[in-house]
Amino acid sequence: MSDIGSTTGAVLAEGMPGIVDDWSADKEAFQVPWGKAMMWIFLLSDTFIFSCFLTSYMNVRMSTTVPWPNPSEVFALTIFGNHMPLILIAIMTFILISSSGTMAMAVNFGYRKDRVKTAVLMLATAAFGLSFVGMQAFEWTKLIVEEGVRPWGNPMGAAQFGSCFFMITGFHGLHVSAGVIYLSVIAFKVYRGDYDKSNNYEAVEIAGLYWHFVDLVWVFIFAFFYLW
Amino acid sequence: MEATAEGQQHPISIYLKIWLLLFVLSTLSYLVDVLGFESYLRWGLILTFMFLKAGFIIAIFMHMAWERLALAYAILCPPLCLLVLISLMAIEAEYTFFTRLLFFSQ
Repeated sequence: MSDIGSTTGAVLAEGMPGIVDDWSADKEAFQVPWGKAMMWIFLLSDTFIFSCFLTSYMNVRMSTTVPWPNPSEVFALTIFGNHMPLILIAIMTFILISSSGTMAMAVNFGYRKDRVKTAVLMLATAAFGLSFVGMQAFEWTKLIVEEGVRPWGNPMGAAQFGSCFFMITGFHGLHVSAGVIYLSVIAFKVYRGDYDKSNNYEAVEIAGLYWHFVDLVWVFIFAFFYLW
Repeated sequence: MEATAEGQQHPISIYLKIWLLLFVLSTLSYLVDVLGFESYLRWGLILTFMFLKAGFIIAIFMHMAWERLALAYAILCPPLCLLVLISLMAIEAEYTFFTRLLFFSQ
């Protein structure tokens, strides 16, 4: 109750205003815009989600007595008569890195208050993301229709391969898709001049944090699932 | 290069350099597969390139290198707990593997 307040001489509010006061008054820990701190905390929680998926993948891959399908061969493509291991995944990796590059530039132009360049670069980022999702759809279709991979089994080896693959890449693809929508919305608001009115381009950097995180997760998926 | 109240403002060139660096590192990690390195050499190289890429993305693209330490520690330290989870799950996987070997060989 008000015991603590009376010792410090301050009057503490009760009920809902009290909760708000306790959580906000003179206790700011992070000297950044609140939206940025919140996005970082969301990304931290997302880190744990993806880590749980990757750890469970490690667990089932280590514990199976059936050989694991060789990702290098499973994801190989024959292009113009050349058999290329893992080529689609490599292209997807380069696309996602490029999208991170354009996003970083968009944030930079945002802080220079260059409305049009920011919007264009964000849309370019979204377009890269869209092509990434498109390639993923192609990859899934190939695996399901041609290779016969299912969440409960596949003709190439350990049954857990399918469930891990669909769970991990599916959840990542969902993040990319959500990011494309998110970036498009912010790009539209940038172009409309919303952030010129408020004279504050933080929203672009916060969207950028999310997008770089999606790229970051792909770095780990690429290493552990496709290359290992 | 200062993180000001105006936000994170850095020269464009640093982003372009990191972009190029990430391309090179990705190519190198792809080459690990193409060249068919095996075992500890393969895993070591994969992990090295992975951590380098992740580090550059977080530090430069996500501006963590210029944020205040309070934020950096609050975000970067909690994931260290995952090392415990990973270790426990690895021990568990070993156990399951050997149990299966025993069971399936009967």
